[in-house]
Amino acid sequence: MTAEPQNYLNGEYTIKSWLLTTDHKRIGLLYLLTILFFFVIAAFAAGLMRLELLTPQGDLVSSDTYNKLFTIHGVMMVWFFLIPSIPSVLGNFLVPLMIGARDVAFPRLNLLSWYLFVLGGFFTFHAVILGGVDTGWTFYTPYSSTYSNSHVTEMALGIFIAGFGSILTGLNFIITIQKMRAPGLTWFRLPLFIWSMFATSIILVLATPVLAITLLLMGVERIWGIGIFNPKLGGDPVLFQHLFWFYSHPAVYIMILPGMGVVSEIIPCFSRKQIFGYKFVAFSSVAIAVIGFLVWGHHMFVSSQSIYAGMAFSLLSFLVSIPSAIKVFNWTATLYRGSISFEAPMLYVLGFIGLFVVGGLTGLFLATLAVDVHVHGTYFVVAHFHYIMVGGMVTAFMAGIHFWWPKITGRLYPEKWAQFSAIILFIGFNLTFFPQFVLGYLGMPRRVHEYAPEFQVYNVLSTAGATILGVGYLLPLIYLLWSLKNGPRADQNPWQAAGLEWKTASPPPEHNFEETPVITEEAYAYPPLTSSQPTPEEPHG
Amino acid sequence: MNFPIFPKSASTTAVQTDHLFFLLLAFSAVMMALIFLPMFFFLYKYRRQSNADRSSRKLPTEYIEITWTVIPVFISLAFFALGARAYFNEEVPPADTLQINCVGKQWMWKFQHQEGNREINELHLPVDRPVTLTLASEDVIHSFYVPAFRIKQDVVPGRFTTEWFQPTSTGSYRFYCTEYCGMDHAKMAGTVIVMTPADYQDWLEHGSVRDTLAQSGEALFRTLGCSGCHAGNSAIHAPPLEGLYGRLVPLSDGTFVRADDQYLRDSILNPASQITAGYAPVMPAYAGRLSEENLLQLIAYLKSLAKETPPKTP
Repeated sequence: MTAEPQNYLNGEYTIKSWLLTTDHKRIGLLYLLTILFFFVIAAFAAGLMRLELLTPQGDLVSSDTYNKLFTIHGVMMVWFFLIPSIPSVLGNFLVPLMIGARDVAFPRLNLLSWYLFVLGGFFTFHAVILGGVDTGWTFYTPYSSTYSNSHVTEMALGIFIAGFGSILTGLNFIITIQKMRAPGLTWFRLPLFIWSMFATSIILVLATPVLAITLLLMGVERIWGIGIFNPKLGGDPVLFQHLFWFYSHPAVYIMILPGMGVVSEIIPCFSRKQIFGYKFVAFSSVAIAVIGFLVWGHHMFVSSQSIYAGMAFSLLSFLVSIPSAIKVFNWTATLYRGSISFEAPMLYVLGFIGLFVVGGLTGLFLATLAVDVHVHGTYFVVAHFHYIMVGGMVTAFMAGIHFWWPKITGRLYPEKWAQFSAIILFIGFNLTFFPQFVLGYLGMPRRVHEYAPEFQVYNVLSTAGATILGVGYLLPLIYLLWSLKNGPRADQNPWQAAGLEWKTASPPPEHNFEETPVITEEAYAYPPLTSSQPTPEEPHG
Repeated sequence: MNFPIFPKSASTTAVQTDHLFFLLLAFSAVMMALIFLPMFFFLYKYRRQSNADRSSRKLPTEYIEITWTVIPVFISLAFFALGARAYFNEEVPPADTLQINCVGKQWMWKFQHQEGNREINELHLPVDRPVTLTLASEDVIHSFYVPAFRIKQDVVPGRFTTEWFQPTSTGSYRFYCTEYCGMDHAKMAGTVIVMTPADYQDWLEHGSVRDTLAQSGEALFRTLGCSGCHAGNSAIHAPPLEGLYGRLVPLSDGTFVRADDQYLRDSILNPASQITAGYAPVMPAYAGRLSEENLLQLIAYLKSLAKETPPKTP
């Protein structure tokens, strides 16, 4: 075997070379390891919850433990897995590669982002070790600020600090995309993943400070008893909800826009076709980012906010669904007259579309005021947002990891296992979360560890599904790790994909490109499919 | 293990909510067919091994994009309008409803009827009569939810919220707290018992009740010392409370405020926040000295004075 050419992985092996790296690719991998740690904890919490919910009685864990479990699950999945998942892992790795840059605009700031994230994660994890928090990830006041006897302040501090990491990452991406594109790479030649990362970064920069302010105000009331949210101290508890959702609704789009970007890369590649309606897909990302800031009140239709405010928020929530629908239509139209193959990334993407459509349509139920009054705070909502965040974002993350794995590691994974895992994930996910729609309309409240006996059958189905879903996550962990040592080496472009990241070695050299690429064509410039003959099967692992 | 697929429907609200729900389900089925049927067809026809015609075809992209943008916008607007109309119906109570007070606290629900009957985690109601619950919280936010009625309203500390509904069939229905409120949130639940009007009357009369809600309020009005100033013959110049409820009250800053439940609540707990024009701000604040239940009783008494005329001041 000939010696491996120099790349970003084999330049230096010391721990110091990783912890002090300013290479965006290495920072992406640092993020990958960190979020994997939090994912495992949060998934374990979810597993315990599903086990508890097998029976209507609260028999496995106490109510207090259960309340802490769903708080750990929510906080860690949202802030320490989903939000950094595609942006900080794949975004860090891919943004400079896709635009033909050597690194992000501020490499040291990028490393600082990761350290802030780790520091925030430390405080959050420490709050769990000390005994946990029982407020739910939403920290509604005055429960969180006055009544809860758990480690609320420390956990909020962790999220507060990690938020600065998000802001700096967003800032870095905005500037990198604005200023560091390769010659000839105009805005409308950019890959759609870059458009979605740009939209995501705008949300990260504009929304995250509001979360910081909200948590700070809650802390001030909790520590010094200064009345902001607690009416007994002269505050307004609903104000907290306005502030919290002003961040947290846009944050939902931080958790789906990057996934849409991944899908827009993978569908053209496995259809061998330019994406249908490039500009419409690109601008729909921007539209989602903008309108997404104006819909927060749809979390508060029964909160005592004015009914006319409720109506305005309902209307805007319907409108924000349109750009998502446009994307789905364009993805489908891209398949028309393509040459479609079904490798693992494509299977994950098809699973994404299936789950995202269900999640999106059930979002319309929730935007419909009178229906929301009934299903708000029930398992219907739980099912809906898991279809978007897990069915959507996590499936897209899996698709992205499989698609760019050869680029990141220089290795190919066993394709058959990966295809099998994608199917297992889809089945397990639907079995876990579809019954929860029925439960929600039947009226089962969320955040309860015991429930009326008539709800049991759907909970049993859901727990069975969660077991299958667990296998769907465990399998890729095993074969991807296995491939690091045993997988065949990947060449520069194993998928025959268009895109700058495939025009450099796998894994890429430390400075990404031997010479600065010059771009003369638009994105997804796949060779035209003129003949009716099948295109020859490309050899790959 | 039974296999319920649809919740009981027992209120006028439930009927309109279910209609919307079925309409949305039908729309979702159509949308899924419109997306997935072409998708599966393309996936099969243009799979890499097939001999399909793939020559590039000039499509009117702009027209296609505009079509699949504009049509969903109009459908969305229709659903918005239907949902908003139904929401308006279920948020704004009709005149002359049965008024019942409800206080949520960690972790129980307490109700008091006008006749004075109290109950905990059980609520007896007559069928076919619109009911308005006035909801108050002693501590954190709760939410009162009756799935069979399809209604839900957060119970927010520091203010009153209301929720109205009209039960349409007798029977027992579960209610829940649906805003997470701490350790025993899951146990903060109970049963609504909808009875025939005759049975309800019977139930009211067989409760061990001494005073009606307003009478309890009147007793508080005396023991708390309110009558010392607000009675007609008092030496201290205080606004008369007879005929006050529902009227427009002139404030010292030149604005007017409607004397509703929330106004009375604020004026009792924190009188300095809204000074009636022509009176000195001498009333002590009662914030922290009254439970939500007592406050609701006191307000019930003030409401009972709505039809009386204030005595002539000398």
